[in-house]
Formats: sequence, structure tokens, C-alpha cells
Amino acid sequence: MINKVVANADEAIQDITSGMTLMLGGFGLCGIPENCINALVNKNIDQLTCISNNAGIDDFGIGLMLKKRQVKKMISSYVGENAEFERQLLSGELEVELIPQGTLATRCMAAGYGMPAIFTPAGVGTEVADGKETRNFNGKDYLMEMAFDADFALVKAWKGDTAGNLIFRSTARNFNPVMAMAGKITIAEVEHLVEIGDLDPDQIHTPGIYVHRIFEGKDYEKRIEQLTVRER
Amino acid sequence: MLDKTGIAKRIAKEIKDGYYVNLGIGIPTLVANYIPKGINIVLQSENGLLGMGPFPFEGEEDSDLINAGKQTITTLPGSSIFDSALSFGMIRSQKVDLTILGAMEVSEYGDIANWKIPGKMVKGMGGAMDLVASAKNIIVAMQHVNKAGESKLLAECTLPLTGVKCVKKIVTELAVLEIANEGGFRLLERAPGVSVEEIRTATLGKLIIEGEIPEMQL
Repeated sequence: MINKVVANADEAIQDITSGMTLMLGGFGLCGIPENCINALVNKNIDQLTCISNNAGIDDFGIGLMLKKRQVKKMISSYVGENAEFERQLLSGELEVELIPQGTLATRCMAAGYGMPAIFTPAGVGTEVADGKETRNFNGKDYLMEMAFDADFALVKAWKGDTAGNLIFRSTARNFNPVMAMAGKITIAEVEHLVEIGDLDPDQIHTPGIYVHRIFEGKDYEKRIEQLTVRER
Repeated sequence: MLDKTGIAKRIAKEIKDGYYVNLGIGIPTLVANYIPKGINIVLQSENGLLGMGPFPFEGEEDSDLINAGKQTITTLPGSSIFDSALSFGMIRSQKVDLTILGAMEVSEYGDIANWKIPGKMVKGMGGAMDLVASAKNIIVAMQHVNKAGESKLLAECTLPLTGVKCVKKIVTELAVLEIANEGGFRLLERAPGVSVEEIRTATLGKLIIEGEIPEMQL
């Protein structure tokens, strides 16, 4: 069997170069590939196109890459919690394509399913529809949206085995499984890397065929963006 | 006139037993606190959860378990978790019965704008465009007028649209209104202590008033 296990994030991302298109899993700060993002921040590359639902916050996640001006273009659905992002966007320093969240997820899915495009009603009649083909099915209009084409997908899972099979935990799953399927090269960082045979095949969310490199991450912060609690 | 809690309480009365409901950020989130006794619903959070529970007790928060507003939450017995593509699959295929969300503007034809103020504010549409394009029933929770006193219920939206001809009902601090098939805001109920005249003044789009307008019961 091909060895997919790499030592750490630096080794995993060593052939990511300036100008590439990357997918980064996570929703807000939940389930983001922290180790890979930190490795990218420490690497002397820029002009990246990043496909990710959000852009982190000012001092964590993709926000760190924005601060270092490594990102040429963001493709996201919601950027509300990042002042530096909003500043770069409004000043025109950063190219941004805002797309509906379901469209983002489904364009990932399409890539992983080997389908060139999908049709969705999201954005019909809005500026999201500008320049896109519209088709009418059964009396309703749909936009044609293309499958993503990303050089690398960087995802975070809870557990993974050396064959690349992945299990996600709770809502840290979010975009990770669909992005894992969609990268030309998919890098998975996991909290627990186990041997083959240790995971129940019935419980696997992402089959290892989609994962090219895997490593056990370290020093996870797993920051909480909005801590909300109730009285006992 | 209603405060935010009042708007949430009034919307809660629209929810029926067994509904799958998606609540947007802001006032819609408060609706979950006022579901009448005996009504059991399942809350969908579009980041990938059905069966959203209350906030965790202090010290029991789990950074892997959040809602679409990125707040720490809990699951409930019977909850399920799934990826983002599946989450929007169930939204597009209309398995979710009711969507409640906020708006900056609504037009008399049910168009909604809530994601962008050109040159000033760009937060993004998140899942709102997917939700409004597919949901069977959309209720908007919003303020009738903006901080400058200008109506947010218009003949046509001035801000970039989130979706067209999709809003069914609107609950504001002043009134409950529905979008008429032929266009126009049909006034259904007045907030306690609010006159029809006040609602008329605060509504720039076509307001349809038929017969006596009852005061809402909370």
C-alpha cells in the first residue's frame, strides 16, 4: 500500500506554491485545519486562492494568512467576523467571490462526485446570477454552478487511519468531508492517527481513496468563536 | 409596540407540532425560547445539525459543537449530524418546513435583501440565499423602520437582493403582515397599542387593509 502518512504539516504542504487554489475545511473556527494553516503562514508563498466558508478571525485561522497578505482571492459565503477581511475587501486589496453556502458545499460535492456542474435555485434573480447560465426545470429557474477545481484540499478530522479513512466529530464535520473529496491532492490532519483495522468500516465518513496525505496534528487550540452558556 | 422578545414570541405562535425549522441569526434565534408547551419541533442548523439543543452549562461547552451563528450549543436525544452538502440538500429538497430569518428590506412582492450594503457592509449571504430560494414557508423577523426612521417595507428593495418572491409573512415591532399573491403587504395584526395609522405611516410599499385589524395576542 502507498504510504500516505507524513510527519507533520510542513511536510504535508511542502509542494504548495504561490498562485495555487486551496480548499480549507471548517465552519467559522470549528473544524479548521489549524496545523496546515499555521504551516502555510510560516511558508513564503502568496497569491493564493482560498475556498473556505469563512475567513477565520483577525488573529486565528485564515485571518492569519490574510494578515500576511498571502491570499489573492477568497471564495466564501460569510465573512462577518473578520475586520481585516472586510477592510481588504472594501479597499479592493483582496478579490472576493461571495457565494451561497449551499452552492459552496455543492460545488465541492460535485467535484468529488465527478460531475462538472450542478443546478441550484440559490441566487436566482440576485447579483450571484450575473453571467451564469439559467435553466428552467419544471417551471422553476436554476443557476448552473461549476464544480470547483482546487489544487489542494486541506481538511481536519477527529480520527484517521494510515489508509486515509476519516471520521469527523460533531459539527466540526461541516465542509470537511465534501472538500476532502474535491481536492486534486487532499491533506488530512487528524487529532488521532490510528493503524488500519482500528476504525470500524461502517463508521467511516470519508473513504481513504480521497485522502492522499495524512498526519496527526498537534497543539490544537480549537478556539470558540461565540461562547454561549446557560445558568445551571 | 413589540421589543425583540415580543417579535420572537409572536413568531413562535406560527410554529406547528412536528415542524423542522431553520432559525437565522438575531431575533429568529430567540424564537426557540418561546415555543408553546406541547409543540415539539426539530431545529436545523445549516452547518450540519438537526435537533439543536440549548446552550451548554458553563464548563460543558464543546468547541466542536456549534450552531450556524457559531455559538456553542448542545445536541438532544434524537439529534443527527451531517456535512454541509447534505445540510443544504435537505434545504433545497424542501424537507425543512419553516425558515425564519432577519432582513434589511422586504418588497411588497416578497423579495428580500439582507446580505450586503454596497460600499459599507459586506458580511456575505451565508446560507440565506439557499434557504430563501427553496423554503416552502419563510417568515421574516425585522424592524419596520431603520434607525433613521425610514420604512424597510418597500415597493421594491433598494439593496442587493438575497432572493425574489419568497417571503410569506413578516413580523415587526408594529405588525404582522403577509405578502399578498397580487403584491402588497396585507395587514393581519397590530402590535399592542399600535394603530393602523402608525403602521400605514411606517410602510412605504403598498399596504392592504381589509376590515378591522385585530391586535395580536401574545
